[in-house]
Parts: sequence; C-alpha cells; structure tokens
Amino acid sequence: MEKMSRVTTALGSSAISGRTMFCHLDAPANAISVCRDATQVVVAGRNIFKIYGLEEEQFVEKLNLRVGRKPSLNFSCADVMWHQMEENLLATAATNGAVVTWNLGKPSRNKQDQLFTEHKRTVNKVCFHPTEVYMLLSGSQDGFMKCFDLRKKESVSTFSGQSESVRDVQFSMKDYFTFAASFENGNVQLWDIRRPDRFERMFTAHTGPVFCCDWHPDDRGWLATGGRDKMVKVWDMTTNRAKEIYCVQTIASVARVKWRPEKKFHLATCSMMVDHNIYVWDIRRPFIPFATFEEHKDVTTGIVWRHQHDPQFLLSGSKDSTLYQHMFEDATRPVDMANPEGLCFGLMGDLAFAVNDSLISSDANRKPYPGGDRRYPFFSFKRPNLTEQFAHVSSALSVFETDLDSNRMDWFVKTAQLYILSGKPFAELCDHNAKVARELKRPQVSTTWTMLRIMFSDPANMAAPASNLNLSKLGSLPLMNSFSMKEMGSGMGAESRLERSKGENRQDNIHLEPGNSLISNNNEENEETEGSDGPVENMFADVELDDDDLYSMEQDNQAEEQEYTLPQEAFQLRHEIMDNPSAPEHLQQDKADSPHVSGSEAEVTCLTPIESFSLISISQPLFSPHLPASFFCPIVREMLSYYAVQGDVQMAVSMLIVMGERIRKEIDDLTQEHWYMSYIDLLQRFELWNVSNEVIKLSTCNAITCLNQTSTTLHINCSNCKRPMSNKGWICDRCRQCASVCAVCHHVVKGLFVWCQGCSHGGHLEHIMNWLKSSAHCPAGCGHLCEYT
Amino acid sequence: MEVQDQNAVGRWDGLCSRDPGSRAEALETTCQEVMRKVEAIDPMTAMAPLSSGNPPNSDLNDILVHLLMLSKRCPFEDVRDRCVQLLQDIQDLGIRIPRPLGNGPSRFIPEKEILQVSKVDTRTQSIFEDAFAALGRLDNISLLMGFHPQYLDSFLRTQHYLLQMDGPLPLHYRHYIGIMAAARHQCSYLVNLHVNDFLQVGGDQKWLNGLKEAPQKLQQLGELNKILAHRPWLITKEHIERFLKAEEHSWSLAELIHAVVLLTHYHSLASFTFGCGIMPEINCDGGHTFRPPSLSQYCVCDIANGNGHANHHDDLLGNQEMCGEVEVLMKRMKQLQECRDDEEASQEEMATRFEREKTESMLVVTAEDEDCVPSRDISRHFEDTSYGYQDFSRRGEHVPTFRAQDYSWEDHGFSLVNRLYPDVGQMLDEKFQLAYNLTYNTMATHKDVDTSMLRRAIWNYIHCMFGIRYDDYDYGEINQLLDRSFKIYIKTMVCSPEKTTKRMYESFWRQFQHSEKVHVNLLLMEARMQAELLYALRAITRYMT
Repeated sequence: MEKMSRVTTALGSSAISGRTMFCHLDAPANAISVCRDATQVVVAGRNIFKIYGLEEEQFVEKLNLRVGRKPSLNFSCADVMWHQMEENLLATAATNGAVVTWNLGKPSRNKQDQLFTEHKRTVNKVCFHPTEVYMLLSGSQDGFMKCFDLRKKESVSTFSGQSESVRDVQFSMKDYFTFAASFENGNVQLWDIRRPDRFERMFTAHTGPVFCCDWHPDDRGWLATGGRDKMVKVWDMTTNRAKEIYCVQTIASVARVKWRPEKKFHLATCSMMVDHNIYVWDIRRPFIPFATFEEHKDVTTGIVWRHQHDPQFLLSGSKDSTLYQHMFEDATRPVDMANPEGLCFGLMGDLAFAVNDSLISSDANRKPYPGGDRRYPFFSFKRPNLTEQFAHVSSALSVFETDLDSNRMDWFVKTAQLYILSGKPFAELCDHNAKVARELKRPQVSTTWTMLRIMFSDPANMAAPASNLNLSKLGSLPLMNSFSMKEMGSGMGAESRLERSKGENRQDNIHLEPGNSLISNNNEENEETEGSDGPVENMFADVELDDDDLYSMEQDNQAEEQEYTLPQEAFQLRHEIMDNPSAPEHLQQDKADSPHVSGSEAEVTCLTPIESFSLISISQPLFSPHLPASFFCPIVREMLSYYAVQGDVQMAVSMLIVMGERIRKEIDDLTQEHWYMSYIDLLQRFELWNVSNEVIKLSTCNAITCLNQTSTTLHINCSNCKRPMSNKGWICDRCRQCASVCAVCHHVVKGLFVWCQGCSHGGHLEHIMNWLKSSAHCPAGCGHLCEYT
Repeated sequence: MEVQDQNAVGRWDGLCSRDPGSRAEALETTCQEVMRKVEAIDPMTAMAPLSSGNPPNSDLNDILVHLLMLSKRCPFEDVRDRCVQLLQDIQDLGIRIPRPLGNGPSRFIPEKEILQVSKVDTRTQSIFEDAFAALGRLDNISLLMGFHPQYLDSFLRTQHYLLQMDGPLPLHYRHYIGIMAAARHQCSYLVNLHVNDFLQVGGDQKWLNGLKEAPQKLQQLGELNKILAHRPWLITKEHIERFLKAEEHSWSLAELIHAVVLLTHYHSLASFTFGCGIMPEINCDGGHTFRPPSLSQYCVCDIANGNGHANHHDDLLGNQEMCGEVEVLMKRMKQLQECRDDEEASQEEMATRFEREKTESMLVVTAEDEDCVPSRDISRHFEDTSYGYQDFSRRGEHVPTFRAQDYSWEDHGFSLVNRLYPDVGQMLDEKFQLAYNLTYNTMATHKDVDTSMLRRAIWNYIHCMFGIRYDDYDYGEINQLLDRSFKIYIKTMVCSPEKTTKRMYESFWRQFQHSEKVHVNLLLMEARMQAELLYALRAITRYMT
C-alpha cells in the first residue's frame, strides 16, 4: 500500500495522458521498450532502430540510432531494452550474436557504447537488472546466458543451460539475485547470479519451446510463461516445486507475455504466428480474453506497458511496420460478444440452463420449463474485489431434473417389443396391445386400443369389410382345399408363416426332386381348384426344360432371385407368383389393395379353413346391422394425428399398422411416410432392429418398404476361377463349372444357398440345417465350428 | 471361398504378423499354394526348358520374385528360411527361379558393410518388424537408414503418418503426389515403389500416363512441384492464392500443407536415394533377373560396389594418398574453435563471406550428365523437363536473401504446420532435431570428437545454396571445413540428385565409414527438406496475413 501511494504521486507528477494512436515505421519491428518515465519508446528490428517520443496526439521520431552508410549486422536487433534506472542506457541483442549497449548521452552521432561478441549464435534476449545499474543479462541461441558488468570489457559470468537455445531471460523483480530463463526444449530454469555453475531449479513448463516469461511485478513468486504449445501458464515459485496455478489456452503460439501493471490477475499476450491480435487475459477466466486489441495487420512482435504503474496504456510494435499506443478503454471486449445464456442436456435427460443474472432477474418468476420439476440456483458468484471494468458478472445456473419415470424411455422400448402388430385377428391384436399398455401404466393408450377394437370389430363381426372383399374374390373359386388356402394366407403377408411355408415347399421339392412330381402334384391340385390355370402351368413347364432337366422349375425361379437377393419383400411377392400359380390375378389385386391388411385378415380365415367357410357364408348378412367402420374413421384419424403431434409416433404407427386398410386411405401418404420414418428412426436409435424391421415390412408405404431393399445385393465370385459371377448364381460363365456345390450332398445348389460366414462353406438350406443339428463342425470338413441360428 | 478367395496381397499379409504362430500358418498356406501352382505349370516348362528368361506363367513369376524378396529382406528369420527352402524346392523341380540383380541395397556401399537383416540389434529389429508389418516390405532406404536406428524410427513414423494415417488428402492422392515429386528428380526407384502403392490403394491406372490424365486439382500441383524442387525461393503468395481460389478445383489450406509436406519429403528422399545409390527393390523392375549367372559376365553393379572379385587396388591407393584428410579436418575444426575469439571478422567481412559462399556454390560445377536411364518412363509424370536448379545468386534476377532469424522452422514453420495438419509439425520437428543433433562423437577412427561444428557447416551450406542466411554464422567456416569434392557431392545431391555418381560418392571423405556417409546424407536430406518447407510455409504465411 505504501508503494501504491508512491506510485500515484509519481504518476501525478508525470501525468500521462494520450489516446490510441499509431505511426508508420520504415521496417518491421522486432521489439520495443519504453524508458522509465514513459515519455519515449525505442523500436528495434532488423532494419530499424529508432527512438520515438510519446506525445499527447502522436509519436514523434526523436532519434535514429542506425547510423553509418552500411550498417552492420550489429544493428539487426532481435531484442531491445531500455534501462529502468538509467535513462540514457539501452541494450540490444543482435541476430549475429552481438550484445550492444548504447549511451544516449554520447555527443557523437553513433551512440554505440559497448560491444560484446561472446555469444556464438543469435542473442534472443537482453535484460537489465531492475535495480543494479551496470548489470546486464543476455540469453542466446547457443544455450548460454551471460552476465555483463558494463564497466568491464567482457562478461563476468556465463551460465550454461545445458541445452539448445535460451529464448528469454528475466530478472526477478523482488529477489535481487534471481533470474529465470526459458528454453527451446520446454524447460524453465531459475538461477542465482552468484552461482554460475548450476541452476537452482529447473522444471518443464511447456511442450515445445518456451518463448517468453515474465515475473509478476508485485507478487514475488509468480512467473508467467508462454510457449509454442499455445499456452500461458502462471507458476507459483515460492513452493519447493514450481506449481502451475493458472493456465490460459490461446489460439496461437505465445510470443510475448507481460503482466498488466496494478492488476494482479491481468496479463497481455501476443503471438508470433497467424494471429495478429493482442490479448489481455484475466488469468482466473481463461476462456475468453478480457480485452483485445485488433489494430495490427501482421503479427505483433513486441508489447510493453507504457508505464510500470499505469494499466491504461499499452504500446506494441509489429511486423506490419507500425507502432501503436492502445488505450485500454478502446479495447474490444470479447465478453460482450459472448452468449450470455447456455443450455445443455445431461446424460440422464436433465437440462441445465445458465444465464446472466441481469437477464433472468426481469422475469425471475417465470417458470421456464413447463415440465421442469425443480429449479435451484446452482452457483452464483460475485466478485466485489474486482475493481474495474468487469461488469459484475454473476450468473445463475438452473438445473431442471426430469423425474426419472416420466423421462425414461423404457416404456417405449418395452412397448415396441411387446406390441404385436400382425399375425393375429384384429381384435386379439387390440386386446393384446391394450394389455401391454396397461401394464406399462399408460391407461390412455390402453383405452385407445380397447376402443379401437370395439369400433372396428365386434365378436360377431370379426371380418372387416376389406377382408370380405378379399374373401368374396376368393369365393369365386368353386372349391378351396386346405393347401391352397394356406398358400394364400402365406402369400398375403404374414411373414412368419411365409417362412414356414417356404420351408415346407422346399422340403417338398427336395423330396420330390427327381421326377417332376411336385409340379404334377401342384397341377393336380390346381386343376382341382381352378381349371383355368392350366395354360400357366404349361408355360412353366416349358421354362423348366430349357435349362437343366434335373431341376424343377420352382428351384429355377428361386435360384434366379436368390443370386442377388434377399430383400424380403421382393422375395415374398415373387414367391406368391411362384407358389400360387393358381391365382396370379388375385395377387395383383391384393397388392393393389393392401396385402398386409388382407394378410392379417386372411389369416383369420385361413388358419382354420372351416371357420373361413363359415365366414364366407355368413359374413354378408351379419355386416349390415352395425355401424359402418368408416363412420369412425375421421375420429380415428384425428386421434392418430393427436398421438403423432404429442410425440408418441409409436402409437400412431402401431395403430396404423394394426388397423391397416381400415384407416389407411384416410391419411395421406406423405403423413404416413413421415410417421413411419420417425418411428423407424426412433426404433433404430434404441437399437430395436427387429422391431424396426418388422415395422418396415408391415408398412404399406412404398418409400418405407423399399428401405429393406437397399444394399441387399450380394456379389458372388466363382470358387474356381475367382471371377465375379455375372449371370446365374450356380454356374460360372467363364470356366463352365458349377460353382456353388452343397457341402452335404455335393450337388449344385440352385435355390437358397446358406453359408457360414466363418469358413464360407455351405449348401442347401435344408441340408445344412439338418447337418448342424447333429454336428457342430462344418460339413466340408474344414474343422470350423459353424453355427446355424 | 476359403483361401482361394483372397487375392495375392492378402496372402502375403499373414507373413507380416508379429505372432509367430499365425506367421507359420500363413507360411504354410503360401507354400502349398505356390507348390500347387508350380505343379500346374510344370509340364509346360519341362517342354520348353531353356526358352527365354521369361517363363510362361507371369503370375507365378511375380510370386517367385516376392518369395525372393522375402527370403532376403524379411525381418523374421522363420519366413526367410522357409522362403529360401521353398525357392530351392522349386528350383529342384526344374523351374527357373529369379535371383537378385546386384548385391545389397546400395550401388555405392558393399553389401557386407550394410546391416544384414539377420544381424541387427533388438531395437533395429523391432523397427524393421514394425516397418515390415505396416508395408509388407522392408525397402532399401530403410535398410540403409538402419545405420542410424534412432533416426530411422522417426523417419518411418513420419512417413507412415503422412501416407497412411488420417489426413486431409485421400490415400491415392498422397501416393500420386509422391510419384510426382520423385519423378521431378527422375528417381525411378521411388516412382516404382509408389506406383505399386498407388494402384494398391485404388488409384486410377490412367493417371499414371501423365499429369494430364490426373484430376485438375492435382495438375495444379505440377507448377508448385517444379518450383519447390528446383527453385523454392521463387514461391510467392500469389502461387498459394492460385491454389486456394481455383473455384471447384481449389485446395483447402490443410490439404495444401499436406501436399507441400509430401512434396518436400519426396524431393529430399529422392536426394537420399541418389546420394546413397539405392538399388531397385528386389521385387521391382530391375531388381532381379531370371537369367542364370554366367561366369563370363558379372553384373556391372557387382563390380562397381566391390561385391565382385575385383580388388580394391585403387581404393587402397586412394587411402594412402588421402590418409591425412581426417586429421586435417579435425585440426581445422580445433583451430576454428580456438581462433574464433582472437580473430573476429568485421561485420562487412561476415556479410561478404556469405555472398562469397553463395557465389562460390555457383562455381561448384555439378558433374556432366552420365548415363542414367530410368527404367520406367518417368518423365511423363512431370512436365517441363528443362526446368532445373538454377543458382540462387544469378545476375539479373534479384531475390532477397531469406533471413533465417525472420522465419525459422522452430518459431514459425512449426506453428503453421501444426495448426493446419496437427501432429505432423511435431513429427517433423522431431525428425529435424534428430537429424541435426545426431552424433556419435566419432570421426572415422577418432573418438570423442565434437562434430557439431561440422554438422552445422553442412546444414548451413545447404541452406546457403537455397539462399537462406543465418546472421549468426560465419560462412568462412564452410570453406575451411568442406573441401571441394565434398561440396561437389553436396551440391549435386541437393540440387540435381539424379546426377550423383559413384565417383562423387567415393571421392569425398575417403577415410570415413559408410555409416558416416549415410549420416551426411541424412543431414543433407533433412536440411533440404527444411529449406523447401521454409519457403513454402513462408509463402503460405504471407498469404494468410
């Protein structure tokens, strides 16, 4: 405090004043320094060495120290320092390794006083002792620091850093004997000038070179260092081990660092690459610079506070050949531009919201988030001791916890897994889903399902209009035996059953392979059911012959698709054509209608053929007494939209699927597609791949169903010649050999080919399945433990 | 299915594994495979036993050549042994097997002087294994650098990062840029190596027909490649601007940095390749032959690098003549160290010394063209073949001297590279430092010598040729320490490496060991790379400000 008062008087006498101003130099500056009374500044560079007077309105060139016709390299300065005790005394560090002192009191034009050429490499830094007039310290690229007594011709002591390149040397402000040196290898050393043999202390401050260091002017123990690693670090040197107490991350390598006078926590930095600005940091707030000076057009090379007790004036020199005086009040304050609000979601769905107090006070009573349960100020701080310019910054942080139950998405996952969307009668589906919802404590949803069931079906009227349509078509057939009914059912979309029926088919095929008995069998059956299909059969028979007599036409067809294949949908449809040669035109119509709806309905009828017969016979009369289902459609449509808008797209889509044809036409395709997409996206985020796949399969939008057909192409190479097989899956065009041979029966596989991804052996699906039932090893004998799931 | 489905490359992969078990397994499958192939063509060769040097099945030939390479260069002993044995078996079956052309990885250095893959210390061994695992080969460059494992490690790491790891440029671009850069110096060795790599990462065969076939974006790079390789001081920020503002073909800064680093890397690597007389890889064109060794004709290279029976009469004579060389050099170094303080040259004197050294470097005539016929037509990879190195200080065009103090790698270059292409700055920094500071404190037969002065002289001499001046260096030292034949070698290697000859290599520092000459080569290579980089980075910095 005592010192402080002295300062004010000192300040009072010299009465510094000025404004932001600049002047052009003739050449890029490398370093600047001010004299003690803050009235003059010296600028040094490769081609410049001048003294400017600092006047109220402008810089005035006072003296050009660069004299002589052909100035030597001694004038090429890397650094300059004005003595803080003796105002006629300057020292420069030359790029050729010379340390030069200058005496402004000399009468001659050449003010050069002493020349020390002891360093072998570029001298990076010179530093006068803050209180001792004749003591000068230098640090050089050759790894040595030298201490000169200006009364003598040569250095009095040499300190060896034992490493390449001293980048900065600084006498401590408080400890008479101590100085700090920073090195290119990232180390900082502390020396006692009385002991040139060994450093007192060394620590690694940065990765990569430490370009600069600066002792805190007031606090004895603080040393700030700046490095190529873009960091400014403040070290507490009073403890045994140097302790990093603050760290500021800048955006470019730090070339200079200077503590701001009278401000304990402020320091100014500039960079030597890319970034031209000068930043003043409050080290306690390392994220945003406290103030920024953006005047320079090229990198700033030297910064210095004009007076050692005045925090308002900063001088800077730059490679763009200008010298600036910056007024602190003209600085840009990045904080003002910073966003005063922050919002972030936590892992568990909590929401944190931080805001500047001034913004929130106006509407403190507002409840910012309708669903938020609690709001508590988390932390808020004021900094009364911060004297100036910081608007009292305080912010409030609110955390909105969502209560665990409402926020969990468990119900979503469970619902998705438990809902049954197809494969059962409509009423059962509704009942089941209602039960699921009830168990998950979602009564509204549950009720909705129940209502749906009541609206669209009642015990007496299980078959909805759509299915009636279907059946009536089927009904045109004079007779339906169980076989064809089954096929119809599977063909129309109940996936699980389709799989099964495929299996059955194949089994048949395989068993009956040698003679075309299956075909004939089929023929017979078909002829029984529908005589008109005879020609189709014949055509198929033709096809069958042209390739390979051994194999039945079903297999051909299968193989044809399975070469590339396996998109389920496409598969299914073609299967229908193939497996139900009896009714291709029906299928066409079915497709045009809704295969999936009719599928589920057809199930109802088909599972038990007898019932279906009864249905056909009685459905017509029973239908009329009830309200037509279409009566409810607008309401249901609104309800679906309501759920979708509420964010429960799951409900919307589930109901859409379950109701199928009953409601589908009421809602435009785009909306449906949108819902499907959202739901599928959600499912996939929860990694419910199976459910999502089922939804895709059951959807009726073209845009959705085709999702499953993307990237399902499988390219096969011939196992003999290793060329890609272009044409057919089982015979190679080039080497004329059958490529895919079943590992079990050693016949060519033309239909479904299943193979192990581990050892790539495989064969007929049926054979492999059977084989792996009895044995764990690969049928090819390769020793791989295959698995069939 | 099974093994057959994997292509040839896949099969070799297993051999790179560090795990002996999987190696043995891969080895076994390979052997079976090869034997099967051999048996398949057996009758044919039997019918035409002595046809030509070209057995009918070129596919098999490739495999045999690869086996030969493995038998010589694989760092794993088991693989080497098995391959030798396999080749022997095949030969016993009457199939002609290839043999390496020339002995050893270098034309200049006798094979017995170079590290044997079988006899290296554990550290080098592990570096070799890493390199082999990463690339499936151990190239001749790495073998030579194996003299200096510390450096090799850093070199391979950097190269691997530049070519294989995350970076702004796609993989095939990187190799293509490598090809471009190497082709600028007609370095068929590097071109061959990278043509293979380029194709392997899915590069378009068409591009190899010439720069014109490559995308517009890469074509732009041709100009930069040319200037950077021969007269880097002419790069201006306008060049850079042209890259970044080329509409749809424009480069991003990060890509440009990546490209610049790659270009400079391969320019300097080309210098090293020629400077050490690297032989073609065994499995590349010109690295092997199917012709049986006939007693009457030795391979020229064998004789040239002393691998044959020729005695080293001239060498011995030379040694006697020059026996004092090392001692003289050391004395001079000592003198310089001592005299420095007494006899301080005036500033003007210092300035003129740099100029003199610069002009003198002009007078160091690089050797007349000797025969160097590239095996692959590499000239198609670059345009403007007449553009070559021009002495920095020519009358007429005045280019200001580059002051090292104003733009140095440590302060400026590093920050820029690291900013735009993270981690690479760090790696290059490490590599430069390693190369610059590498010393064993030996000179020829003398131990405990401080060679820093010599190293600095070499480094600064190279930078001097590129017009980079250090204020704090007395260029008079160069004259004292580097004799004329050494200067010729340096200048040739740095400025027009394709003209380097064995004679040049032998005529400098005759008493020094080969490892020391390789060391010099490393120094030259890194200094050159840094010089080019500095110019390019300075231009980019100027563009950015």
